[in-house]
Amino acid sequence: MTVAPDPPSLPAKRPSRLLKNWMAKVASIPMILTALVVFVGGTTWTVVYSFTGSRMLPKTNWVGLDQYERLWESDRWIISITNLGIYGVCSMILTLVAGFCLAACLDRKIRFESAFRTIFLYPFALSFVVTGLVWQWILNPQFGLQSVVRGWGWDTFTFNPLNDPNTVIYGILIAGLWQGTGLIMCIMLAGLRGIDEDIWKAARVDGIGTIKTYVVVIIPMMRPVFITSLVLIASGIIKLYDLVVAQTGGGPGLASEVPAKYVIEYMFRAQNLGQGFAASTMMLCSVVIILIPWAYLEFGGRKRG
Amino acid sequence: MADFTNGPRGPKPKKSFSRANIFLYGTLIMVSMYYLLPLYVMIVTSLKGMPEIRLGNVFGPPMEITFQPWVKAWSQACTGINCEGLSRGFGNSVRILIPSVFLSIVIASINGYALSNWKFKGSEVFFTILIIGAFIPYQTMLYPIVIMLRESGDSLTAFVRFFYADAPKVQLMGSLSGLVIVHTVFGMPILTLLFRNYFASVPEELFKAARVDGAGFWQIYFQIMLPMALPIFVVAIILQVTGIWNDFLFGVIYSKPDTYPMTVQLNNIVNSVQGVKEYNVNMAATLLTGLVPLIIYFASGKLFVRGIAAGAVKG
Repeated sequence: MTVAPDPPSLPAKRPSRLLKNWMAKVASIPMILTALVVFVGGTTWTVVYSFTGSRMLPKTNWVGLDQYERLWESDRWIISITNLGIYGVCSMILTLVAGFCLAACLDRKIRFESAFRTIFLYPFALSFVVTGLVWQWILNPQFGLQSVVRGWGWDTFTFNPLNDPNTVIYGILIAGLWQGTGLIMCIMLAGLRGIDEDIWKAARVDGIGTIKTYVVVIIPMMRPVFITSLVLIASGIIKLYDLVVAQTGGGPGLASEVPAKYVIEYMFRAQNLGQGFAASTMMLCSVVIILIPWAYLEFGGRKRG
Repeated sequence: MADFTNGPRGPKPKKSFSRANIFLYGTLIMVSMYYLLPLYVMIVTSLKGMPEIRLGNVFGPPMEITFQPWVKAWSQACTGINCEGLSRGFGNSVRILIPSVFLSIVIASINGYALSNWKFKGSEVFFTILIIGAFIPYQTMLYPIVIMLRESGDSLTAFVRFFYADAPKVQLMGSLSGLVIVHTVFGMPILTLLFRNYFASVPEELFKAARVDGAGFWQIYFQIMLPMALPIFVVAIILQVTGIWNDFLFGVIYSKPDTYPMTVQLNNIVNSVQGVKEYNVNMAATLLTGLVPLIIYFASGKLFVRGIAAGAVKG
């Protein structure tokens, strides 16, 4: 069957480079096809066709940067980007803070730790569609949270984020945080558990308070964990789609549109492929902008394990 | 990544009612309530009748428990003119889930095995591309995949008809098999990483000994690696079942109303503009859709955490 396993053990006569280890190559065909055809090929194809005026079907009538100009002149895209920015910044800060605080609480040698952990993480197992629909119902102004608080006698209480164009994105944020913090908490907890117990002892000997120890000693030590968390949160934010579709459908009006939804609307509903390609290329660019510094920090200089 | 499931070290604290502890447990219990609230609301709303819901007490327990909303959500709820309930979406999701999980795990485990034990020239390059690919927004690949599915469907049809002239047309785009392919492709990066890291941790002597005994690629895979990797297969199954079940994007793009998975059908039922909104039926439908991942989550416990810790690299 197969010949030599690895370069170090070279047999006396080698049949041919290509035939060496051929079974592994055959077995890797699905992976190679996925990597080259779908990932590289598909992405390149989309980027190339974003310079065309394709409408219902992809065509090669080159229009230069027209699609991008139209994209950045479109109100809908600006709203989408703004929403993503607000959602992104808030969700990044709040998820990191909440995730770290919860993890720190759970790390204080408490009872029922695994019960708490199970509770904080279960939303992560759910579909964004489920999350969106539940929170749509809880935030329902007629029968939901608002009406309950009013029923308690606070007649003027208003909490109706999903029907106000100015606040709808915060309504989505509530649901997004509910689903996402558990994962970050888990990662932070893993990071906290990786910290040597002696650090705590040393801090105690030096008379540094608990909170100050966290801020001054522990958090700087957990830099890699924070970076991993940031990349995770960021790549989740860019993908934000299902939650919006389920919770608000992009409304009221266009107030809660996001880029991922913009792409799909133009590609599959509005029959305007070129716009969809241009918008998705912009999404790709944003990922590249996030990933390059991270890859540099993570893998730059030292070899990957 | 360190395994935090071992629990904290050191003795338990002696003073359990200190002010700091009360504050700590108070915070945790408050936050737990925020996390449990939606699950609770889903359950109580789905057990109420519509008149009770109109009273407006979303947090109150049902005065009169009724299972009618569940029955309706399962078998009668409407999307547009179609009133079959969620059961069809459930069937579709199961028919997508089983082959996708099987296929993606088989392919990824072989990939991981080849990548860690049978490295060939360029194998690391393909693997790196695969991992980078996991970060590319799906939106950039959606349309090319539509074309690929359509074209390969056509070529397959032509191929089959070469032998049997009256064979039916092979449909990949809009069919369950198309979705299975898409899930297999997009599950590949994370699963390959999972298996590669696992097989790389297997002592190399074992592999070399088998090589000396004359075992080949498949023999080593089936007789040595596969039996050893069973726990990681369980992790991969958990990861894939929850991931594929919860998928919405691919379901919406690559299927037709007949083949909509459960999440898409759920969204269509709840967000349909026609008719009177029946919130209890909606919540029953939502809970039904969330039930499969929830059961897996609560049943698998630490393995689920292990799966996402591996998935953390992908995001």
